[in-house]
Amino acid sequence: MIEVKNIYKSFSGVSVLKDINTVFEQGKTNLIIGQSGSGKTVLLKSIVGLHEVDRGKICFGDTIFNELNFKDKKQMRTQMGMLFQGGALFDSATVEENVMFPLDMFTEMSQDEKRDRANECLKRVNIINANNLYPAEISGGMQKRVAIARAIALNPKYLFCDEPNSGLDPKTAILIDNLIQEITQEFNMTTIVNTHDMNSVMEIGDKVMFIYKGEKWWEGTNNDIFDSTNKELNDFIFASKLSQKIRDLKNSNQPSS
Amino acid sequence: MGLFYHIGKYFLLLFRVFSKPEKLKIYYRETIKEIDKLGLNSIGIVAIISVFMGAVITIQTAYNTENPIYPKYLIGLTARDTLLLEFSSTIVALILAGKIGSNIASEIGTMRVTEQIDALEIMGVNSASYLVLPKIIASVFFAPFLTLMSMFIGIFGGWIAGVSTGVMTTQDYVYGIQYAFIPYYIVYALIKIIIFAFLITTISSYHGYYSYGGSLEVGKSSTKAVVHSSIFILLFNVILTQLLLS
Ligand SMILES: Nc1ncnc2c1ncn2[C@@H]1O[C@H](COP(=O)(O)OP(=O)(O)O)[C@@H](O)[C@H]1O
Ligand SMILES: [Mg+2]
Repeated sequence: MIEVKNIYKSFSGVSVLKDINTVFEQGKTNLIIGQSGSGKTVLLKSIVGLHEVDRGKICFGDTIFNELNFKDKKQMRTQMGMLFQGGALFDSATVEENVMFPLDMFTEMSQDEKRDRANECLKRVNIINANNLYPAEISGGMQKRVAIARAIALNPKYLFCDEPNSGLDPKTAILIDNLIQEITQEFNMTTIVNTHDMNSVMEIGDKVMFIYKGEKWWEGTNNDIFDSTNKELNDFIFASKLSQKIRDLKNSNQPSS
Repeated sequence: MGLFYHIGKYFLLLFRVFSKPEKLKIYYRETIKEIDKLGLNSIGIVAIISVFMGAVITIQTAYNTENPIYPKYLIGLTARDTLLLEFSSTIVALILAGKIGSNIASEIGTMRVTEQIDALEIMGVNSASYLVLPKIIASVFFAPFLTLMSMFIGIFGGWIAGVSTGVMTTQDYVYGIQYAFIPYYIVYALIKIIIFAFLITTISSYHGYYSYGGSLEVGKSSTKAVVHSSIFILLFNVILTQLLLS
């Protein structure tokens, strides 16, 4: 479980996050949704400590993470895996080397053990026969999957994904979403996913938090969304004709009492 | 203000760079890679430039000392001292600033804007140390070899040019390059290049590491790396010359 309390963050005087409070639950995919520029990435990076928050507490279980010293923070980070928006694979290393990297750095495994573990992770995300390719030689969807494999190599307790399916076709996007959800349940991780994709919200939104201009604007499950009266949330969710149609259909099937 | 801000931030980065490495074995592996990338890959350009500069220095000295009151060995002596004192350290450093400085800044800058540095950090790796330390060690270790090589090749280029244009004989040149030779000049050049190599690597890493934005900003960082490295090389050249030669 991850709990954030009264988080504030600004960049050179410009406020980006204001008083964010929420709980991200274990074994669930917790979604942070919002428009581009609303502060999703900054929030996620603040939670993992890549940004220093101005105020507030970030608790991983009972540990107040943002008050730890540099060394303890580093220690905690070996329990976290993160998937970045562009994949962030090391482009001078092969697929296999990328997945082996955290093992190289933080375990005393032998070369064979590391290779086995890397292949296990790659197999879990359905990447086979690509071990010796470089990131530039594989498709965007494959890069994302390799990045997931790298993120789970050390069996993390926490998984963070920043727009895991941006730039992917709808089918691949759903595949990635489902993969994240399956892995979350399989290993009982606490997973937080940033997205602005409505498909993801419907597919995997165990719990959804909507941020608007840096503030928490709404929170609930993906089923609650249809009943919400929050104007900004509705404007965001039902921006497309398709989602409007779905809402209208759903409403016409549920005669009001 | 801006300058002090950057200098402060630069030293904070250095502080992180020189903290204890996670795993020596991996740092060792990275250092070997960097020696190849930054050092071995620079041999060609340093050799080409040295041979031509040696040639030009010799020919120019020859034309400026045509008057018979100047002994012919002066040509060799001038070529030698110019190479030892300035060319093989300072000018080679400026060339390296252009080559490896831009290389380092764009590599680290790209890693920054594509979040590869964040990926390292989230794994618990000290990204500053992991990325920069092997580069510092590789360049500080390798640059003296480039300087020594440049001295030899430059003197060789001078000989070829001098003899082939007929401005002097081989005997004059050989006598000249041995005449009143001060071995300390080589030490002086090596001390300079070690410090210049450190400046190039750290300044370029700094600009790359603190890139923010996209590929456009990486390009700008790379330009800044070259410009600032060059300025600091020239500044330290004056300081070091005062300290070491006066
Ligand atoms: N390192 C930074 N320095 C200054 N401003 C930043 C930085 N990172 C993000 N911002 C600003 O914070 C705001 C929120 O950005 P972000 O969290 O990336 O939005 P998104 O919801 O699209 O992920 C944007 O206005 C952005 O310009
Ligand atoms: Mg974002």
